[in-house]
Amino acid sequence: MSAMTEPRAVPGGARPGSDRRGGGGAGSTGGNLLVYTIAAVVVAVTLGPVLYGVLSGFRTNTDLSRNPSGWPEVFTFDNYRNILTGDRFWGYAFNSTMIALITTAIVVVAGLMAAYPLARYQFRLREPLYMVFVMGLLFPVAVAVIPLFIMITNDLGWGDTWWGVALPQAAFALPTTVIIMRPFLQALPKELEEAALIDGASRIAFFWRILLPLSGPGMVTVGVLAFVGSWNAYLLPLLLLRDDGMKTLPLGVADFSTRYATDMVGVFAYTSLAMIPALIFFLSLQNKIVNGLQGAVKG
Amino acid sequence: MADEATARSGGYASTATPIPNGAAGSASALPAAPARAGRRGTRPDVRKGLEVAFFVAPALVVFLGFVVWPIIKAIQYSLYNWKGYGPMVDFVGLKNFTYVLGNEVFQGALVHNLIIIVLSIAIQLPLGLAIALLLNRKIRGRNVLRTLVFVPWVLSEVVTGVIWRQMLQADFGLLETILTAVGIPTPQQGFLGDPDYALGAVMVVLTWKYLGLAIVLFLAGLAGVPEELNEAAQIDGATWWQIQRRVTIPLLGPTVRTWIFLSMIGSIQVFDMVWILTRGGPAESTGTMATFLYAFGVDRNLIGIASAASVILFVIALVFALTYQALVFRRDAPDYELRKAARKAAKR
Repeated sequence: MSAMTEPRAVPGGARPGSDRRGGGGAGSTGGNLLVYTIAAVVVAVTLGPVLYGVLSGFRTNTDLSRNPSGWPEVFTFDNYRNILTGDRFWGYAFNSTMIALITTAIVVVAGLMAAYPLARYQFRLREPLYMVFVMGLLFPVAVAVIPLFIMITNDLGWGDTWWGVALPQAAFALPTTVIIMRPFLQALPKELEEAALIDGASRIAFFWRILLPLSGPGMVTVGVLAFVGSWNAYLLPLLLLRDDGMKTLPLGVADFSTRYATDMVGVFAYTSLAMIPALIFFLSLQNKIVNGLQGAVKG
Repeated sequence: MADEATARSGGYASTATPIPNGAAGSASALPAAPARAGRRGTRPDVRKGLEVAFFVAPALVVFLGFVVWPIIKAIQYSLYNWKGYGPMVDFVGLKNFTYVLGNEVFQGALVHNLIIIVLSIAIQLPLGLAIALLLNRKIRGRNVLRTLVFVPWVLSEVVTGVIWRQMLQADFGLLETILTAVGIPTPQQGFLGDPDYALGAVMVVLTWKYLGLAIVLFLAGLAGVPEELNEAAQIDGATWWQIQRRVTIPLLGPTVRTWIFLSMIGSIQVFDMVWILTRGGPAESTGTMATFLYAFGVDRNLIGIASAASVILFVIALVFALTYQALVFRRDAPDYELRKAARKAAKR
């Protein structure tokens, strides 16, 4: 919880020269060389597959099959262009975006609302109620998928809808949200509330006018976590979205990779297009994600 | 941060300030409620109740409707022989459970899950810790490194799985080409196509995907270790390695214990990566409990059997979590050392 409320020394940007002062000690040169070597290996192993995928997307199948591990001899934009102009790529991306947005909205609004009384009201059922949400952390999605499929597709008729996927996704993201937001709200000074109540504001007005704006940073954190989770989700969409026009990007990638398995460069291009925008977006929010994860497990 | 609120509730301050790790344990650490409960007694309780209901209702409805209810339904389905349509009338008691537990594929899946749990921790903990300790030193480009290390975790399981499946392919796969070039023989069907290697290959991909999370969490934990301790130890003549072993790593305890918990819960329910890489094959050599229940419930419409499998998965996850909670997280409770000392004293 401290991660979100205390200003931490999480560095804002890359300042290559600023961290150097420790390296000057006698005898540390050899150690540093080792450190840099290991760091380079870590980076190579981490980024290798990603770069290989992006690069292979520019090749032709003949070029790739001639020498899979070599540098491409032919550079072509055809694979990327074909995907971006045809198929269902944009439709998948649109569905992914909408489902992620709806999931995030439900999680943030409902989660914050629930966290408020759990953090700042005194009532007898408070801790049992909180425990209900905490227990939710231990319920794996896999346990619920079969009944969810029957319930949403057969009983409610929400199969192949954005809501049908967003609601259960939000439900499974709520425990984390409540656990992160509660200490966050508890940390806001009590005087705020007292002052507002003395001024005659109702609790609901206080929540709306004062608490909501103040919870910005916390909401961004839980929102980003919910968005990433929804954007990358596979199992629930796989079950609930059967109509090709409703599928999300992960389903699109999986389908494409089996349907056109022989078109290796096409699959690489498709995968790259599916990951690059999200990668840039998520990495720019990395600190939020890390803080959230820390908060979720420490709360 | 909680000090302000708890300072006023007097005696509770000491227990309420540090929040223990492990979600399930945290309720016990917030005992501020009774201390102040009396003060608001004059307020109309009905109004307060309505307000609470108003705020909690949306989350509670969604949570009960889409998490708790399906799990209750899973328990119900597991007692019937049912195909997912028509009336559910064929009550079979615990037959589905005996079938699942006696099924060799499920037993195999359970073993694979256990292997994934153990290997994930055995590989990622030392590796992640080592890399985090190295990256925690003052080196150039540290911030960039931290971001790059996080890349695999941000990628979706599907994207990761597809890229790796292509790289591990038997024909024109990157790894096969490289290994053949240096003279290491590769299996005819590719690593993912050979029952002897498939689970190992899946483990490699899982490690690649999730090691970054371990590193990032450990780094975040390391950021909380006060610099002064380091300096003090240095002045006392401790070597870098001694400082890490005696000072830093022990202080990282809570972070490590939390990460192990997360890793375990994730490994028990792993589905996406396995499904993309191998669909549980070849010859069921990589199936997990989750792929088992998907194959039975969705591909074969055997809802009763799939539900029995999911209930078993649920119970196993719960037992793991509660055992871990009882044995390990207990140590992170703020007054653990105190209580231990008190118990010792009481014995005497």
